[in-house]
Amino acid sequence: MIVGYNRSPSLATRLFMHRTSVCWNRVVRLVTALIVLLVAPLARAQLSIEITGAGANRIPIAIVPLAGEAALPPGISSIVRADLERSGLFRGLEVPPLIPQPTEASNVDYAEWRSRLADALVLGSVAARPDGRFEVRFRLFDVVKQTPLGGVAYTLAKDQVRATAHRIADYVYEKLTGERGVFSTRIAYVVKRGTRYELQIADADGADEETALASFEPIISPTWSPHGRRLAYVSFENKKPVVYVHSLVDGKRRVVANFKGSNSAPAWAPDGSKLAVSLSREGGSQLYLINPDGTGVRRLTNSGAIDTEPVFSPDGQSIYFTSDRGGSPQIYRMPADGGPAQRITFDGNYNVSPRISPDGKSLAYIARNEGKFQVALLDLATRQTQILTDSDRDESPSFAPNGRMILFATVIGGRGVLSAVSVDGRVKQRLTVTAGDVREPAWGPFLK
Amino acid sequence: MRAIWIVALTALLAACAGTSSEQAPAGVEDRSPGGAAGAQSGAVGGKGVTGVDLTGGQAGAMSPLKDPSNILSKRSVYYDFDKYDIKDEYKPMIEAHAKYLRAHPEMKVLIQGNTDERGSREYNVALGQRRADGVKNMLKLLGVREDQVEAVSLGEEKPKAQGTTEADYAQNRRSDILYPGEY
Repeated sequence: MIVGYNRSPSLATRLFMHRTSVCWNRVVRLVTALIVLLVAPLARAQLSIEITGAGANRIPIAIVPLAGEAALPPGISSIVRADLERSGLFRGLEVPPLIPQPTEASNVDYAEWRSRLADALVLGSVAARPDGRFEVRFRLFDVVKQTPLGGVAYTLAKDQVRATAHRIADYVYEKLTGERGVFSTRIAYVVKRGTRYELQIADADGADEETALASFEPIISPTWSPHGRRLAYVSFENKKPVVYVHSLVDGKRRVVANFKGSNSAPAWAPDGSKLAVSLSREGGSQLYLINPDGTGVRRLTNSGAIDTEPVFSPDGQSIYFTSDRGGSPQIYRMPADGGPAQRITFDGNYNVSPRISPDGKSLAYIARNEGKFQVALLDLATRQTQILTDSDRDESPSFAPNGRMILFATVIGGRGVLSAVSVDGRVKQRLTVTAGDVREPAWGPFLK
Repeated sequence: MRAIWIVALTALLAACAGTSSEQAPAGVEDRSPGGAAGAQSGAVGGKGVTGVDLTGGQAGAMSPLKDPSNILSKRSVYYDFDKYDIKDEYKPMIEAHAKYLRAHPEMKVLIQGNTDERGSREYNVALGQRRADGVKNMLKLLGVREDQVEAVSLGEEKPKAQGTTEADYAQNRRSDILYPGEY
């Protein structure tokens, strides 16, 4: 089970064991500019998540410890509960030790669980298999309607406990809310500690982080390929912004855009066939399309103004971007193959960093209001705008693949942290690392 | 090669509206650091003698690009918030670099544009680029070849001042002119 991402422990050690596609003098500069993490991670920098706001009507759910789960530390039920609570839509109930311990096959005493105020119930069991692996079974019940909602059995190795728990949480979440869960997805972000920058990949709950790139020069704008196998980003290791595409499974990096001037702001087309980037090779920052292998450069805008931060609409038909062609930075939309642009934001004189929701219906961006930079959400049909945050240094919003939460960077107490806010503004989380600044988050796609 | 330097420096000293051109009599090359020879030649000039300095070779071991008394050692243009126009006070410095680059057609420079930390990182890359492009365009207007200059942006990523006061931000809204080996 749990396919789609190679979580081999040797991933980090392989990151640079390859020939880059750049010419050799660049390689020499790369080697001098970068610290390569060839050994096991030094100080772990796991994100810790704090829930700072929750939904109004959280579903009370009892997740009973799975019978026999002590064989699979740190315990599947506690991870499932933490996942569901972090969404802000569930409240995990304390479950006292039950004797005999119920399993997915037990008869459910609905009246008993109703008296414990549970609306939903998860029961399950863990069994060791002869081949050394384990089988996890669980069943979800609607206590109010007194009916089972289904269940799944997974076979897993001992190092797949967290991934399995996230799958169970996704199942429960989808059954009870009607939308896909994002507990099995990953996030990318940049940690800065002193003069060192690390591009990291972690599970959506901040656990199991791995460093994809470490450098003494800045790394910005990581963005996931549609299938989650590659990241495009901007690295300053050549003393100027250069766009790279980095394959996560084998650590192979490829220079996509290293033209004269600055190369920045990569955005994947939804089919992964090309990237939109901002290049200054002909003077000024203008938008171009380029293939992920660096071929096929084609200019999209010709404005004489700043055009940057492109992002494709989910249907691939439009590109939203930031431009100051009207005198202040605002968000515009144009056809994905170029053509006339239409202004989208009008309130205020600084609206930047557009991101389109997965359903294409709303636009998240950063708005400056009275000196505060905050996450705003614009309903593209009604033109209604809502400011979602009360922080004042927000940057780099990123939608969860189910569109429910927006992850962004902000500054709290002088330190860079990640925050997440639900699109209704109710649920809030904060993700921090010890002794470092976190910034530039990018929420990855659903795993296939 | 040295002749070009002397011509360029003479022209520079003449062009530079600083104290050294007032103190040093015409025709005297002052290449020693800190302008000490300027005081010396001033004394000579006081006797009505026009001195000729042939020791330039020795003192010239210091590149005019590094000589603190030489305007070519000045490399930075500072900007107002969200602005990219080059203020008049920086124009003599850019003109001096243009002159130097015209005299050294083999020499290349990198212009790095920077911004303060407020706002979007990517928008700041573009803003820093516009600042660097402004310096590049002025150099080109002054006769420097396109292939001698590359303008790039570091955005807000490499702040010179780490603080968050307006004074720190002012330090970071900057373009730097960098010669080979300096970046």
